Amino acid sequence: MIYLQLFWEFLKTGLFTVGGGLASLPFLYDISDKTGWYTHAQLADMIAISESTPGPIGINMATYVGFTTAGIPGAVLASLGFIIPSIVIVSIVSRFLKKFNENKFVKGAFYGLRAVSVALICSALVSVVKISLINIPLFGETGAIFDLISIPGIILAGVCWFILKKWNPHPVFILGGSAVVGILLGFVGLI
Amino acid sequence: MKTLAELFLAFARIGGLTFGGGYAMLPMLQREVVENKHWATEAELMDYYAVGQCVPGVIAVNTAVFVGSKVKGLAGAVAASLGVIFPSLAIIIAIAAFIQSFSELEFVQNAFAGIRVAVCVLIFSAVAKLYKKAIVDKFTFILFAAVFALSVFTKISPILFVIIAAVLGIIVHVFFLKGGKAK
Repeated sequence: MIYLQLFWEFLKTGLFTVGGGLASLPFLYDISDKTGWYTHAQLADMIAISESTPGPIGINMATYVGFTTAGIPGAVLASLGFIIPSIVIVSIVSRFLKKFNENKFVKGAFYGLRAVSVALICSALVSVVKISLINIPLFGETGAIFDLISIPGIILAGVCWFILKKWNPHPVFILGGSAVVGILLGFVGLI
Repeated sequence: MKTLAELFLAFARIGGLTFGGGYAMLPMLQREVVENKHWATEAELMDYYAVGQCVPGVIAVNTAVFVGSKVKGLAGAVAASLGVIFPSLAIIIAIAAFIQSFSELEFVQNAFAGIRVAVCVLIFSAVAKLYKKAIVDKFTFILFAAVFALSVFTKISPILFVIIAAVLGIIVHVFFLKGGKAK
């Protein structure tokens, strides 16, 4: 029963995602590894779409993964599963809001959780790098270092980073520009 | 019923008009929740926002649940959070269906090859900002390094890391740092 399983996976993701939408990524990679519902490459494309459309990234990701896995009912179930823990926990917390914020156990938990949240997002980053900037299977075949690293990819990443730091444009412009570069590189057979 | 519909619509506007969620949402929240509807004061909204980052889930939804439950209890919380996710559902389903039917085309694949590189850069930039706030001493650095290595090289579920981090954080913070002297 894929609907039930999808709902359950996102219920867990919603419960353990701490620190915003990107923090849900490691869970989504984990679901991909466990179920094979979608590939890592598909997930990277979903991140791009989620970053460049309105709405919270976490919700956009849940909807997208749900839709890819099981169509429109899947999209609805994944998003609902994802927000139900929030509704329950925040409804409870809102009754003693001030105390919650100053509680030393809560502070302690988040002292640890923030560090792990960053570590988990870093590992999600490694997964995206593996399918975009480096090519391990090809390197395994040829053993040539130039086959391990995508030179056009590294250059594009450098340019994106420079533009991001210098002008801080909205992500949609970085993503759109890179799409155009990708198409052009495809024309000359570089990607 | 009217209030519930208003909550749903106000939060649907907030969800539909903010890109990226999180901090980008704050100005919209202030306008809708504080200035237009008077559902919460500026100070209350800041509290919701701060605590919303410290409980599980997406900040946007957590803030919606705070405002909704203040205005109309559990029903209000449900109405507001459904409002926040509604635009995402509609927009993402439309785009996903569209892309699905074009994903075989070569130039679409090339476009996404370029886009994935940009995704790396965007995540790296987000992580760099979070790192400064989260890694504040030796303990948090060791925790960060250990979890990063384990999650790259093993298949351990992230749920386990989250639980262990919360427990270790409480132990170190409450018993070794005596309730947070070191920051």
